Amino acid sequence: MDALKPVDGNFIQKDAWGRLRQFTNARIAVGKTGTAIPLAENLLFRADHARARDAVYTALDEEPMAAALQVLLPALPVLRLKSRAETRQEYLQRPDWGRQLCDASKQLAKDAAGSNRYDVAIMVADGLSAQAVQLHAPAVLAAFLPLLAGAGFSVAPLCIARQARVAISDEVGALLNSRLSIILIGERPGLSSPHSMGIYITYNPAIGNTDESRNCISNIHPLGGLAYQEAALQAFNLVKGAFALQLTGVHLKSHHVLGG
Amino acid sequence: MAYRSTIQGIVYTFPSLATLLAKASPLRSGDVLAGLAADTYMERVAAQMALADVPLKTFLAEAVIPYEKDEVTRLIMDGHDAAAFAPVSHLTAGGLRDWLLSAEASTTTIQAISPGITPEMAAAVSKLMRNQDLIAVAKKCSVVTKFRNTIGLGGRLSTRLQPNHPTDDPKGIAASMVDGLLYGSGDAVIGINPATDDPEAVATLLYMIDELRENYQIPTQSCVLSHVTTTIGLINQGVPVDLVFQSIGGTQKTNSSFGISLSLLQEAYQAALSLNRGTIGNNVMYFETGQGNALSANAHEGIDQQTCEARAYAVAKKFNPLLVNTVVGFIGPEYLFDGKQIIRAALEDHFCAKLLGLPMGVDICYTNHAEADQDDMDNLLTLLAVAGCTFIMGVPGADDIMLNYQSTSFHDALYARNILGLRPAPEFEQWLVRQGIMDGESNLLTVAPSHRLLKNV
Repeated sequence: MDALKPVDGNFIQKDAWGRLRQFTNARIAVGKTGTAIPLAENLLFRADHARARDAVYTALDEEPMAAALQVLLPALPVLRLKSRAETRQEYLQRPDWGRQLCDASKQLAKDAAGSNRYDVAIMVADGLSAQAVQLHAPAVLAAFLPLLAGAGFSVAPLCIARQARVAISDEVGALLNSRLSIILIGERPGLSSPHSMGIYITYNPAIGNTDESRNCISNIHPLGGLAYQEAALQAFNLVKGAFALQLTGVHLKSHHVLGG
Repeated sequence: MAYRSTIQGIVYTFPSLATLLAKASPLRSGDVLAGLAADTYMERVAAQMALADVPLKTFLAEAVIPYEKDEVTRLIMDGHDAAAFAPVSHLTAGGLRDWLLSAEASTTTIQAISPGITPEMAAAVSKLMRNQDLIAVAKKCSVVTKFRNTIGLGGRLSTRLQPNHPTDDPKGIAASMVDGLLYGSGDAVIGINPATDDPEAVATLLYMIDELRENYQIPTQSCVLSHVTTTIGLINQGVPVDLVFQSIGGTQKTNSSFGISLSLLQEAYQAALSLNRGTIGNNVMYFETGQGNALSANAHEGIDQQTCEARAYAVAKKFNPLLVNTVVGFIGPEYLFDGKQIIRAALEDHFCAKLLGLPMGVDICYTNHAEADQDDMDNLLTLLAVAGCTFIMGVPGADDIMLNYQSTSFHDALYARNILGLRPAPEFEQWLVRQGIMDGESNLLTVAPSHRLLKNV
């Protein structure tokens, strides 16, 4: 009997429209073997998914973040706060806990504020991608804080908030006796943007505020997202508009702000 | 009214039908978050035992949300068909489960009793069923709808081509659309989720798809999934709208959080019908649902998320939709934590919708913070294809670069069609054969760079 022949080398069918890839980052023209996506493409997909999963589960590294924030606002302490969610598992299943400070953190914030009143409270929170704020928050704040100072806004002690959701900014802002609350938070990671940061701004922070009363700047990251300087400028314009109209949310649209 | 069951001498009591339904639900994170889930595994089984004994007539007497308070309850109660209900009116919820699985319950007998089944009855039965029961009964149901092609025939599996782009760039969307068509996708609808709800941007996309569809005489329909008020405005301006889309929920409060009401949906339905754009049928609506949407709007009224979901199907049914799909894993792990919960929820949604007479598809999907991956989606895809699911999504490489979640790819649909001998909608299948994209045995053909679909892109 003859030896078995090697299989034909051309069993992966390429697509004739690879040039269309110039128009989109979607996974088009990937070819096929049988009806399946070729392995090389599958492995790239898995790597992107793994990056997003790791972004969800990587904890915020507090020391370097605290050091970076301390440099930005040397006169005040950096407050290290934590939500009621102890673990990532709890955080993912109990969004209500992620919106509330744990008892120790409440006390810490209260003590730090004392009877001082501030215009703006700022917190950096892990959200769903700690790496996003680790990478982007110090740079955005480095551009943003001088704008606030230049306009005469007073800023409360900077905060780090772990296992936190957006609405924790209501409680923190209120405890810090601040008229406006800003949270820089890691967004839900996508395959193409695992480290994207969002900024949420709330005038009159108080427990029970809903998302309609906030303004959001999203998709902040250097790879095709909103650049740091631009994010800082947009945030500053929203802060100015919020104080002028004494509100945030749907009634503070960007044209109010940009129109002056 | 209180409900009871006894297991080994221990009496379990449930104060209302709503509580009983919630406690009988298979475990999922959203019901835990809402504080509605059974406290123990045994309490869940006790609730299922008590629920099995509840007469179906009780569901007509005890509304889970008061009639006076909620227009979805009014829709369900006022629209109930007593004559269709009569053949099963003596049964309990458990009895209905056993009957649906019996040889007595054929496609036509199930169709006949369907208008007599309320969403809450369907939800109750689904909570008593194992996954194989959900698949077996859904497979018996037949729901056929038409616009420019025929959706839901036996032995068919359709796909929504979903060519989204993060900035709605028409060239980027066109590239994904051509990719999908050349992979045999798009017979259910070519449906774009726009990045903005800006009417001009939505109109640009509608004109673009319509031109492509006309140029190549594709027997399918298009949709840009904007808010219903945006779409009504575009219809009034004469923009080519095939299907009107809207996300819907199972409580009045959920729907008002979406900015809609039954009367607004009726207005949209009439507007779409008036265009008369369907060539072979008049099903003009496309709805999306998903367990957890009521709770996330804080509008669940103390009702478990699966019962809320089933109630949304009464809203959909009123407007004779061409397509309905549950976006099952999109909402996140606080509602459906992992692959197991997502798979269970999808099978429940598909079963309940089919029993209630809806053309149900499923967006087989997950987000990156859920405990799920492509293997879970393969499992669910296979189960749903066996169950006779009406349509699934087709997203390039399963990666939606606008919505940042993972769904099913064009290849996934080919896999499901291939292993189970399923085919696209007949009119679309013939078009694929005419275009040299597919042969008569549903095998994809190799397309040359000179193919006419590639010429103008």
